[in-house]
Amino acid sequence: MRHIISILMENESGALSRVAGLFSARGYNIESLTVAPTEDPSLSRMTIVTTGSEEIIEQITKQLNKLIDVVKLIDLSEGEHIERELMMIKLKAVGPDRDEIKRLADIFRGRIIDVTASTYTVELTGPGDKLNAFIKAVDGGSIMEVVRTGVSGIARGERSLGL
Amino acid sequence: MIRRFRLPLTGSGGNVELSGGEILVQFLKDEGVEFVFGYPGGAVLHIYDALYGQDEIKHILVRHEQAATHAADGYARATGKTGVVLVTSGPGATNAVTGIATAYMDSIPMVVITGQVPLPVIGSDAFQEVDSVGITRPCVKHNFLVKDVRDLAETLKKAFYVASTGRPGPVVVDIPKDITDPKVRIPYTYPKTVAMRSYNPVVKGHPVQIKRAIDLLLGARRPMIYSGGGVVLSGAAEELTALTRRLGAPITNTLMGLGAYPGTDSQFLGMLGMHGTYEANMAMHECDVLLAVGARFDDRVTGKLEQFCPTAKIIHIDIDPASISKTVKVDVPIVGDVKTVLQDMLKILEKEDARLDEVALKKWWEQIEQWRATDCLAYDRDSELIKPQFVIEKLYEVTRGDLYLTSDVGQHQMFAAQFFKFDQPRRWINSGGLGTMGFGLPAAMGVQLAYPDQKVACVTGEASIQMCIQELSTAMQYHLPIKIVNLNNRYMGMVRQWQEFFYEKRYSMSYMDALPDFVKLAEAYGHVGMRIEKPADVEGALREAFELKDRLVFLDFITDQTENVYPMIEAGKGHHEMHLSNRELA
Repeated sequence: MRHIISILMENESGALSRVAGLFSARGYNIESLTVAPTEDPSLSRMTIVTTGSEEIIEQITKQLNKLIDVVKLIDLSEGEHIERELMMIKLKAVGPDRDEIKRLADIFRGRIIDVTASTYTVELTGPGDKLNAFIKAVDGGSIMEVVRTGVSGIARGERSLGL
Repeated sequence: MIRRFRLPLTGSGGNVELSGGEILVQFLKDEGVEFVFGYPGGAVLHIYDALYGQDEIKHILVRHEQAATHAADGYARATGKTGVVLVTSGPGATNAVTGIATAYMDSIPMVVITGQVPLPVIGSDAFQEVDSVGITRPCVKHNFLVKDVRDLAETLKKAFYVASTGRPGPVVVDIPKDITDPKVRIPYTYPKTVAMRSYNPVVKGHPVQIKRAIDLLLGARRPMIYSGGGVVLSGAAEELTALTRRLGAPITNTLMGLGAYPGTDSQFLGMLGMHGTYEANMAMHECDVLLAVGARFDDRVTGKLEQFCPTAKIIHIDIDPASISKTVKVDVPIVGDVKTVLQDMLKILEKEDARLDEVALKKWWEQIEQWRATDCLAYDRDSELIKPQFVIEKLYEVTRGDLYLTSDVGQHQMFAAQFFKFDQPRRWINSGGLGTMGFGLPAAMGVQLAYPDQKVACVTGEASIQMCIQELSTAMQYHLPIKIVNLNNRYMGMVRQWQEFFYEKRYSMSYMDALPDFVKLAEAYGHVGMRIEKPADVEGALREAFELKDRLVFLDFITDQTENVYPMIEAGKGHHEMHLSNRELA
């Protein structure tokens, strides 16, 4: 099962490596990991996408909670939540492809953020599967570069991860 | 959260102005630290200079940093206080890692101060530079790199707080050399309290869970108590004993938990697990309710997980939520400090005046007595060779059990755990989780320093002892009258045993050739050495050694080379699949 674990942690040097080290030392899977400071500069918010059985996920959350720098965490997948990922994709765009890519970007509500005579760079946000769908929709041969941020997530409604 | 306010580097307003090195030393005094186990080097010279000329903090100079950590560890295990280590950067820190990992696996409170190269050169591959925070990260409870002398006192306070609370463990504080610069002086006040928003260990068990546990226990027909090192760490031996007696249930201790319940009591079934007693393992296999207290279901205890306590409902009390249902799924988890939870349980039992079903309990004990009658620890007492078990039995007799016994790792460790009866906690000091050879002697130094008037012995083997043999020199310097009980079978005994069983007697590299003359070696260090070759001389030698109250005595017992530790459960087998002797299946 895929889980999205959201962590509020002390914004200390080394905090990220404690989390990454925990995953490698205990052999847990890590699909993506994003981290950045919050409105309170002493706190960072991290989103980890991981997979594992219920027992493994339970251990992962317990072991993460044990890290001294971790203030709070929730498993977003336990409730309604929104996940978003940002992708920037650079595509070869010449001749008729230029219009086709423009149309495709519009359909996916992407934006062209950089243009040259032969390339487009498209910015796209959404859940991971939407980004996957866009990659699938464009001609594979035209992709020059894909940059994805990894998933960030937030719970729907009143539920929130704060102090 | 503590809002740290920045004091000007050269301001006034505090009580006294001290350098970083002096702050460290003053902090240790204020924290009530008695001993620092350490070894100087370039990055900690400012600190050593601050230590000079004071005698409140006693610095114990070891001969290798690994020994500093084991000695601090032994001190911590015997006293319950936090052990303190001071080593230099680079090799000082890496040498300490084995001891840090040893303490981590057994949840021992320890603060390890490592020197570091000055802040401006960190990352430049400077002389004796190593990423100590990075290297120790997986084997510490937490670690810190101090980047500003104004954070030093608060960081040290946090280190002691984290190390000694919740599930204890080692904490490393890495201090760059410029932080302890004698020229930079700032006001110092001892931080009396500490608060960390991200660290709040749960102490009190949930009352609903406690009630569920009691209901389950009271309905048991074949109850069993399995307790571990957590009981010792929590100081809950008294509560555990009271609860066990009140329930009338059988109890077993893990290797780490020995002494938490009196080893001479009839309700005690001995140690469980790979080399546990027949009665303890069979009772685990057949029980219907298991109360696990401060134990972590280690693989050496559980054997094959699918066959672990197959008919039991399991209650698990532990301060670490991550220990619960990690390997064995439990029915009633209780997160909390073992002592507090046991007190709550006892209160309820007293109030309800509840008892277990007497008839069922009687029947259960009859079954247990049958298992006990197997006499699973029997060995050949008529042998002309010294049997290692015999030495431990005599050690127990001669000291009447009034002994702090440290151990190294291997057969001798198992024999000691099986044959020495520990009636009190903190008397049996060994590396359980990591299984660190070389632990015994330095640990005994830490214990002897804590209790100069008590009898301290280290049971070891000729392989283990050589891993920290240089500490004979430290023991001389500080006049530590440890008795070293060397069970010398000229083999790495446990390796040899496994090779006999599982590798068709191909004794690959397990024979210890070219052993030193331990008697002469002990004498060379200024100690007393004895070699004992006949069973008839064992008791006399031990008596003589313990009569030499102010001398370290190295007793080199030449033991039977082929003796094995029984019972034995092969790795991956169930509790009911024990070899009792000569590979006969029970």
